[in-house]
Amino acid sequence: MIADALHLLNRLGRRTVMAVDALGYAAGLLGEAVGFVVSGRRRGQPVRLQAVVEQMRQVGVDAIPIVLLLSFTVGLMLAIQFIATLREFGAQSQVVLAVAKSVTREFGVLITGILVAGRSGSAFAARIGSMSVSQEVDALGVMGIDPVRYLVAPALLAMLVMLPVLTVLADAAAILGAAMYSAPMLDMSVQTYLTQTLSQLTPRDVYEGLAKSIVFALLITVIGVATGFSVTGGAEGVGRATTRAVVLSITALIVADMVFSFFLNR
Amino acid sequence: MNETNAPLIEVVGLEAFYGRRRILHGVDFSVNRGEIRVIMGGSGSGKSTLLRHIIGLQRPVSGTVRILGVDVGRAGAQELLAVRRKLGVSFQGGALITSMSVGDNVALPLREHTQLDETTIRIMSRLKLEFVNLGGFHDLMPSQLSGGMIKRAALARAIVMDPELLFFDEPSAGLDPVVSAELDELILRLRDALRMTIVVVTHELESAFRIADRITVLDQGDILTTGTVAEVRASENERIQDLLHRRPRSVEVDVDDYLRRLTEEDA
Repeated sequence: MIADALHLLNRLGRRTVMAVDALGYAAGLLGEAVGFVVSGRRRGQPVRLQAVVEQMRQVGVDAIPIVLLLSFTVGLMLAIQFIATLREFGAQSQVVLAVAKSVTREFGVLITGILVAGRSGSAFAARIGSMSVSQEVDALGVMGIDPVRYLVAPALLAMLVMLPVLTVLADAAAILGAAMYSAPMLDMSVQTYLTQTLSQLTPRDVYEGLAKSIVFALLITVIGVATGFSVTGGAEGVGRATTRAVVLSITALIVADMVFSFFLNR
Repeated sequence: MNETNAPLIEVVGLEAFYGRRRILHGVDFSVNRGEIRVIMGGSGSGKSTLLRHIIGLQRPVSGTVRILGVDVGRAGAQELLAVRRKLGVSFQGGALITSMSVGDNVALPLREHTQLDETTIRIMSRLKLEFVNLGGFHDLMPSQLSGGMIKRAALARAIVMDPELLFFDEPSAGLDPVVSAELDELILRLRDALRMTIVVVTHELESAFRIADRITVLDQGDILTTGTVAEVRASENERIQDLLHRRPRSVEVDVDDYLRRLTEEDA
């Protein structure tokens, strides 16, 4: 009985230490990557613009079609739900406001974040994971090319630029999707719907989404690369790390989103 | 500092652990300029761990590692970087960056560490590829190469910056005898033509005897001996003779230890 309890306590303790360890490691990686962006050139470890642009293409440009498609669909769905609910109060016309605020503050950035976590968070983990398994990370290190500078810093910069951009695109697509359904229901033109949306939106709404997207970019990158660097156990380990990176980063996104919303709307 | 006589690599009292298992027991090791040193030992002897410490991939728990006069365990990032530019490492599996062509792999250190223009970089990296008999293969991807070609490409990348010190991890592992003999020739040519100091980690006796100026025999974390090929061959140490004649080790079991390993919870 007591032995069992002790055993459990022991495991809990170990897990906690491991979690804190991982958190510290991730924070360290982030700090190092930022350090290379800021002062890498002076220290002979410049972050190459070419690598950043290549990453921006992979995490950003290549994701545009799917981000647009999904946010358009979610916008449409939101409009359907809002109109159905608001009709009970005879307040259908409020759908413009409801969609505008919920999309810019929450849904645009959340959908983008989850998509990018699935596409790029997993890609970071898989790439760095398989590189450490095949000693490529070691090889970079002994060639005097810091792996964090070479692999992490460009990814971080690219994410910090592209996630806000994708978020703005997602906002636009979702609102357009909502307009496609709502405008006919409200007997107005799509154009009128969009003009009304613009007049009801405040910059603060958009900023809220953009601020979140910056935090999401940090979370996705750091979780992806940290899980990648800690891969052990060959190809199977890479697979596990990839799954882990996606699950962890989506969890982190949703929790961070909730915390953000709570503090920004008090 | 005395440039010519000071050893390029100096390891004193190095200890290494994996968890609670001790991998290296107070290893002392030094390599002089211009020699080819072979670190030989069976699997699990700690030779790879020793190599990882020398090239600074692991920091020593206790003991010191100095290469080219720099204490790797205490060096700052800048110092370490400066040292690493002067050494080349060819990893066991090659460790070529899989997303880059062979030519780009070889050119990578030049692109990262020098301000040379693209034409010069291209010529220099192709020269090194020619040196390892891979001329004309620069456009292939690493996945399109055979095992021996990967090792040679990795060697070309390791020597592209003309390092003073070259490390070669298991050059002949997984290769057929002809290809591994070719690699041995390459290693000898590197020393003679480019005057490099070379450290080779291997368990292949034939290759070790062929290329080594001196051999260090490592067994279960202890250095058994360091000497010329003739000295190692003539050694009376039983473990060395086991290794030379491919005899199975006689394992002695300590009863208490054995029982403890079987019953204890936290391995």
